[in-house]
Amino acid sequence: MRPSLPAVLTLALLAATSATANKVFVSNERSNTVTVIDSDTWEVIGEFDAGNRPRGITMAPDGSRLYVCASDDDLVRVFDPGTYEELYSLPSGPDPELFVLHPSGNPLYIANEDDNLVTVVDTETHKVIAEVPVGVEPEGMAISPDGLTIINTSETTNMAHFINDQTFKIEHNVLVDQRPRYAVFSPDSSRLYVSAEIGGTVSVIDLTGPEPKLIGKISFEIPGVLPEWIQPVGMQMTSDGRNLFVALGPANRVARIDPESNEVTDYMIVGQRVWQLDLTPDERFLITTNGNSNDVTVIDVDKLKPIRSIQVGQQPWGVVVAPD
Amino acid sequence: MSLRSRAGALAIAVAMAAASSGQAIEIRTAVLRVDEPAGTLPISRLDLPPDDLGFAGAQLGQEDNQTTGVFLGQDFLLETRNVAPDAAVDAAQALIEAGYDKLVVLAPRDTLLAVADAAGDKALILDALAPDDDLRSGACRANTLHVAPSRAMRTDALIQYLVWKQWPRILLVYGSHPEDSALAAAYRHSADKFRARIVDEREFEDTGGARRTDTGFAQVQRQIPTFTQNVRTYDVTVAADEAGVFAAYLPFRTWDPRPVAGSAGLEPVTWHPAHEAWGATQFQNRFEAMAHRPMREEDYQAWLALRVIGEAATRTGSADPSALRAYALGSDFSVGGFKGEKLSFRDWNGQLRQPILLTDGHVTVSVSPQEGFLHQRSALDTLGLDKPESACAAFNGD
Repeated sequence: MRPSLPAVLTLALLAATSATANKVFVSNERSNTVTVIDSDTWEVIGEFDAGNRPRGITMAPDGSRLYVCASDDDLVRVFDPGTYEELYSLPSGPDPELFVLHPSGNPLYIANEDDNLVTVVDTETHKVIAEVPVGVEPEGMAISPDGLTIINTSETTNMAHFINDQTFKIEHNVLVDQRPRYAVFSPDSSRLYVSAEIGGTVSVIDLTGPEPKLIGKISFEIPGVLPEWIQPVGMQMTSDGRNLFVALGPANRVARIDPESNEVTDYMIVGQRVWQLDLTPDERFLITTNGNSNDVTVIDVDKLKPIRSIQVGQQPWGVVVAPD
Repeated sequence: MSLRSRAGALAIAVAMAAASSGQAIEIRTAVLRVDEPAGTLPISRLDLPPDDLGFAGAQLGQEDNQTTGVFLGQDFLLETRNVAPDAAVDAAQALIEAGYDKLVVLAPRDTLLAVADAAGDKALILDALAPDDDLRSGACRANTLHVAPSRAMRTDALIQYLVWKQWPRILLVYGSHPEDSALAAAYRHSADKFRARIVDEREFEDTGGARRTDTGFAQVQRQIPTFTQNVRTYDVTVAADEAGVFAAYLPFRTWDPRPVAGSAGLEPVTWHPAHEAWGATQFQNRFEAMAHRPMREEDYQAWLALRVIGEAATRTGSADPSALRAYALGSDFSVGGFKGEKLSFRDWNGQLRQPILLTDGHVTVSVSPQEGFLHQRSALDTLGLDKPESACAAFNGD
């Protein structure tokens, strides 16, 4: 074990970096709260009520609003990230689970798992703009960096639906493996990655041609871990396009994939039933929610090593880090 | 349906088909449920069968398939029939002639075999009910896939849990009906397989009593303790009562204070309405919104059979029963069933691999296969007939 830094040096580091501390917000599905963590000290600095069964969590690009899917309340609750005060709620359709915000901050695209719909909500007028019928049990949501294409994945239909941001019509459907959970674009928009929880794979879809095309599937193999425990869920990609991180659920590991080769290079042990991920704005740290051990793990992105675990509420589900 | 509304529906269907480039493939599936003449009522009125038993699950599967089909130019059609045992073969043949050559059958062994033999290579049969192990062995049929688990899969699932729990000494209580004997034999086999011990056995003879006349709780309270008296030291009572005659009377009434499992107490099931893990909550919600009742095992099995057809049709783009069968038995096939892992078919006997839930009727207590029970192919193959044990020669799995 490496000796810890002298206390004085640690303090000096703290003083030097505290200006860039970010708040990390974690939704706790079972305790119905959001836990707030300081990304500098990695201490819990707050916890507040967030409605019934909070799952999906995201923030406005300017950091002025925190959005939480309160799944059992059938709405999206909106909080002030400074005071944790609930400001208002947005209509979401039934059982909102995951959502994605347009890069401009408006609108919000919400997957309604019970109703086979994606609901589009204007975050300023608080009105529903459109409801898009999709496959059975919609879950994963993503938006292309240019904001023109919205992706929804449907868990029982096993598709990624490509929705036009202007017409709200589905333009393409790509079949992927069983129970697709999450989708993420590469920063240059050339690829879409879709994780399949039961299929145990990440589908790689090429977006450079006239139609999206499935070009490969990434699979996982971990010595000593039963294949059925490897359930890919949340994903994050660094902005240089060089790291794709995949949470593997009950395998209790996060995989790092080299997007050049589509090969897994590292498995990092985290807490139990790792679910969603987010990066700090400087991309030095990756934070994972671990639903069964009620904690989050902080991974050092350069070293690809877990460095901290922090106790949060019951059954942490989603995580978002405030922008600088 | 009146002639006029049927014509109207047809016109709309034609218009829709034309709109979607006229290339829509129709995938026609029928559910055939064979209803035995009503026997004695179940011991608990909670177990009274609803009229739409199985059909409601199939309807949900149909809707799930159709939602996917809309995106792919596939049109899924579903018909349902409930018939008496002696009308099953005629009903199946009429359905096949009408193009419904994917048949989900909810029928006991002999009727299932008669339907399968009458269908021959003209249809794909999906067994969503019959648990008999010989249907997965010497009496297997090439055209029949088993979505329902076998008796051995259920008994292996329970015995694995008892062994894991270190309750290996079993009192086996079985009924006097042939299906009870078959279930008792499956428990004996499972106990041997996983090194549990049946220390004593009792047969509970069905004397034809009806629950509302002669077996009030006062009688039961006196009879069950003496029936389970003087048993060698044991850990748990396992009841084999597929006919549903007595097992519900056992819990809290045995002479020794012992838990009950099997046909009452801790039961091995394919589905339970309290099951919530692995996204099951949303599935339960969808079913209950549609059917206005909790989901039964028969509904789950019929839903799963429809999803097997849907998944094979979606991936192959075909409606041909032999193409769907070949794909379902291949290594690329898998289907999700809200059990936390993908389900696939055993290519040596057409049995769907699946975890089995263990429930006390109120919550999911555990899910088998249990930790530590290993298999070189898949832990799911620790449940039921493994390849060397199956005498099925109608499949050519290697």
